[in-house]
Amino acid sequence: MGLIDLFQKTRETSMEMKPQEDEAAKVVTCKGCGAELKAYAYGKNLYVCPHCGRYGRLLARTRIRQIADKDSFEELYANLAPADPIHFPGYAEKTAELAEKVGMPDAVKTGVCKIGGVETAIGVMDSHFMMASMGSVVGEKLTRLFEYATEKGLPVVLFTCSGGARMQEGMFSLLQMAKVSAAARRHSDAGLLYITVLTDPTTGGVTASFAMLGDIILAEPRTTIGFAGRRVIEGTIGQTLPDDFQSSEFLLSHGFCDKIVPRNQLRETLEKLLKLHCGSKSKKWQVWRRD
Amino acid sequence: MINKPASEKMRIIHDTKRPMITDYINELFTDFTELHGDRYFSDDHAILGGVGYFNGTPVTVIGHRKGRTIEQNMDANFGMAHPEGYRKALRLAHQAEKFHRPVINFVDTGGAFCGVGAEERGQGEAIARCLYEFIELKTPVVSIVTGEGGSGGALALAVADRVLMLENALYSVISPRGCASILWKDPKREAEAADTLHITAQDLYSFGMIEGIIQEGTSSAQLIRNVARTLRDQLAELDAEPDIDTMLQKRYEKFRRVGVFRTINQESNEGV
Repeated sequence: MGLIDLFQKTRETSMEMKPQEDEAAKVVTCKGCGAELKAYAYGKNLYVCPHCGRYGRLLARTRIRQIADKDSFEELYANLAPADPIHFPGYAEKTAELAEKVGMPDAVKTGVCKIGGVETAIGVMDSHFMMASMGSVVGEKLTRLFEYATEKGLPVVLFTCSGGARMQEGMFSLLQMAKVSAAARRHSDAGLLYITVLTDPTTGGVTASFAMLGDIILAEPRTTIGFAGRRVIEGTIGQTLPDDFQSSEFLLSHGFCDKIVPRNQLRETLEKLLKLHCGSKSKKWQVWRRD
Repeated sequence: MINKPASEKMRIIHDTKRPMITDYINELFTDFTELHGDRYFSDDHAILGGVGYFNGTPVTVIGHRKGRTIEQNMDANFGMAHPEGYRKALRLAHQAEKFHRPVINFVDTGGAFCGVGAEERGQGEAIARCLYEFIELKTPVVSIVTGEGGSGGALALAVADRVLMLENALYSVISPRGCASILWKDPKREAEAADTLHITAQDLYSFGMIEGIIQEGTSSAQLIRNVARTLRDQLAELDAEPDIDTMLQKRYEKFRRVGVFRTINQESNEGV
């Protein structure tokens, strides 16, 4: 799985939280080209470097601010926090420390919002929290979100990013893949729309479950998306892989995503798709099943 | 029964004399016909599937294939399937649904294969699709983890009404070796990682993640007889379900309730 290289990046990427601390005068350094960027302008540019085009990894709340209609987001299930089901060495300390640092108890934020006026159940994974690995909390919140959306007849939009299943929760984490996929299936069987937006990086057990199950799968440009970690594969084949291996462009060309959407067009693309699916429909062609 | 640590079981399940899917098929099923191919790309020899009779009832059998010799293992890619293996499994599962016969999965894999072709052909999508389809498959599904239950590659064949494990089988989110590499930067500490991860049949049973443990006895023949008896009992129980909806609802709830977390007070002043 993609855990090996991803865990090591945690420290580096957490620096990208800094521009969101709303200190207008602050200067941040682009991880891609080293350019010095004014935090305010960088934020205005949706955390895309104007010089090299590198996409900064977003905090979940920043993503929601970029996508949801103003003041429309209402958070759900914010009170779920990780336990330590297999007493894994150092896990409880690590989650407690990150909860403080990142400002959320685990790696996903869920709720309802409006996007272009369309009421939508939304979930955003946040790589700043243990590389958004999926443990019980992530699985439970997403499952509840799908169940809520099914009950209320709402579309679901998920922004995925993840290092995969969270090994510190042992089998509890692996089975979240089945749990969330099952809830996504019920949502689908109710005739409702599910859009996934793959963001950097989406790997391992999240790729092998709900990330790949959207009716429509969008991706940000130059995003790492895959099942196995690049280094694991390189170790297996004894060669270095090309740069675009497991990128969103690679996925698109192999037929596993519908469209690559630049960050500044994501909102309008989602709005367009949501409106098309959630507006008035001809009764005649509504879902019919032969039982 | 004395419960051995996971690190010791790791050695037991790698014994090549241990029964593998071909042995189960020879001993438990009559008139077995192997069916090949995913109809999209190729036939993955890491997954074996087909139809036959179990105690006179038609069933579909799917499972990971390993070998006893190096040649057999190369041919079966050591039980590590590519996407086309999972797509073959799904094709056979849907066929079982169409013809109203139970599906019996034998799980024994170190994990889904990690390679260039696997990524190009959507390993993640193939596994995801198994989870998505098996959860609603309108026929009984019983999965038995016979040796290694390696992460997503095992889970793809273990979304079932009944998941059972052999006494010495292991089922883990990550290989102990991978875990040791990440945690201690030392893959040689895999035995220690195996014990830390809680991956034995007894662990999973205590977590409520599997429905039963099959005792292995003292010989392969006894092991296979125990598997036969368990399969017969489990299929009879499923056959007694009043209808498919009830069975599917139970299947859903079984996976739905997995997870351990805390509920905290949230002043939610962190809004967006």
